[in-house]
Amino acid sequence: MTTEKTLSWTRVRALVRKEVNDFRRNRFIATTMAVLPLLFMIEPVISVFKLPADAPASKLDALVGVSTLELMLIPALIPAVVASYAVVGEREQGTLEPVLTTPIRPAEFLLGKALAAFLPTLVLAYVMYGIFLAAVGVFAHPNIAHDIFEPSRVFAQLLFTPLLAGWSIWAAVAISTRTSDVRVAQQLGSLASLPPVAVVALIGFDVIKPSVTLALGLGAGLLLVDLVAWRLVAAMFHRERLVTGARA
Amino acid sequence: MTVERDSAAPRTRDVPTGPAIVVDALTKRFGQRTAFADVTFEVEYGEVFGFLGPNGAGKTTTVRTLGTLLAPSAGTATVAGLPLTEANGVAIRRRIAVMPEQPGLYLRLSVAENLDFFAGLYELDDRRSRIERALRAVNLLDRADDPCRSLSKGLRQRVGLARALLSDPQILFLDEPTSGLDPLAARDVHELIDGLRRRGVTIFLTTHRLAEAEALCDRVGIMNTTLRTIGRPDELRERLFSKTLQLRTAAPLAEPERVLAGLPGVEGWHPSADEACGYVLTVSDPDLAAPAVARAVIGAGADLLALSPSRHSLEDVYLRLIDEDVEAQAR
Repeated sequence: MTTEKTLSWTRVRALVRKEVNDFRRNRFIATTMAVLPLLFMIEPVISVFKLPADAPASKLDALVGVSTLELMLIPALIPAVVASYAVVGEREQGTLEPVLTTPIRPAEFLLGKALAAFLPTLVLAYVMYGIFLAAVGVFAHPNIAHDIFEPSRVFAQLLFTPLLAGWSIWAAVAISTRTSDVRVAQQLGSLASLPPVAVVALIGFDVIKPSVTLALGLGAGLLLVDLVAWRLVAAMFHRERLVTGARA
Repeated sequence: MTVERDSAAPRTRDVPTGPAIVVDALTKRFGQRTAFADVTFEVEYGEVFGFLGPNGAGKTTTVRTLGTLLAPSAGTATVAGLPLTEANGVAIRRRIAVMPEQPGLYLRLSVAENLDFFAGLYELDDRRSRIERALRAVNLLDRADDPCRSLSKGLRQRVGLARALLSDPQILFLDEPTSGLDPLAARDVHELIDGLRRRGVTIFLTTHRLAEAEALCDRVGIMNTTLRTIGRPDELRERLFSKTLQLRTAAPLAEPERVLAGLPGVEGWHPSADEACGYVLTVSDPDLAAPAVARAVIGAGADLLALSPSRHSLEDVYLRLIDEDVEAQAR
């Protein structure tokens, strides 16, 4: 029962702060956020070290693409796990109703939830990518390091990390507003995060020829989806159904 | 435990004029199922209004509707001076606070962190002092840094109450605030509500604890999908039950009709179903009838053991109304 007018950043900030405090003390989320990024970073480092330095350039490209693809799983999967909790988690623990009786609007609630998943994910994903690059720079064969440090590859990684996270978060939040079980939300959320990863994979495997234009085009598409998704998910947020489980 | 006054307890705003809540023919349906229908009542500022009814009577749905969580299916309402419309949802929620049956606390967060989050949602200034005041009001200042999961159910309920007080709401909706609490914890909550009542906070209290309503509420409405009756507890007793005197003598009266009939203020009598030497007298005015009855009984040579007005509780009123509904449904 609200009319969307102005956005209150005070309320959004309050929600983000609460979420981050809560995540830190939620063993499942804390473990997920600590362990999974490490796994997704260690595995490509090992793969890169195993690459034959004398492989033909096209094959090396593909192998490097596969390795770095795993790093893309950090922004794709980690926020999905967290964002799946967004609405259904509050509902399950009985905290949604008290929050909805405050002046917070659905758009603020959802933005706060999304930012709380987005910010730690972004930090983790970039830190892991930084460690990966450092390891490659110090220990990998120069031919392979040269391929990995190729500006278009680094640019794509930096560009797609927040965009993939955005997609993943909004898909998971949307699912979270429609399901009544946290685990179902997490499973569906993880699945929903994969389509853009598939596109990135096709680029990594050279099925789709990578280019700056393609990267920018895809990036713009994902950005548009991320921005529209906020309003779409806000429109799906139905107070009455969430509180009672029924629609009038 | 009491709500401390002035500096300790959250301040209420200046009492606005007009009724706090006006409900006119309000109805809420979920598909074919009617949660409540055609409900009409008013609550004044500063009043503690009790909303009684059995489980499934529509009490919680009424609170959720007035709290803007649910849209009414029909009828109109004004809450804290604002018409209950979709456009006014945020503005109404700024002026009210709702404490649901389950306090809904973030158990991993501390008491203060829970309150700080809600203070942020209300965009309150001087959050720290407001939190301190709210916690002092419910005697929980010393537990501010404790994680909510470490608190008993009664203490969690108090945190829920502190949270509801944070924004100094014009109207406080309390939905079954003592549900599931042991008698001691329930008494604590009663004392808190009583303290708020004395400070002039407008409270809309749903409960099915009748003694609680009788002790705390200025007026009550009895709800069973429709609003069955509304009024002060003593008004309801008078409205539903005729005034009676209970008479008990040492031995049965030899000629009770001759002794009791026609006395000033006595409209009729019948033997008590509970006692062999007891009589129930229907009277128009107990103060007029009682001395006359005493004189007549003693004048007839009987030993008068007791003569007292019958006391009907709010529970009697409630049970009679709900029984009437059950009988009506059975027919």
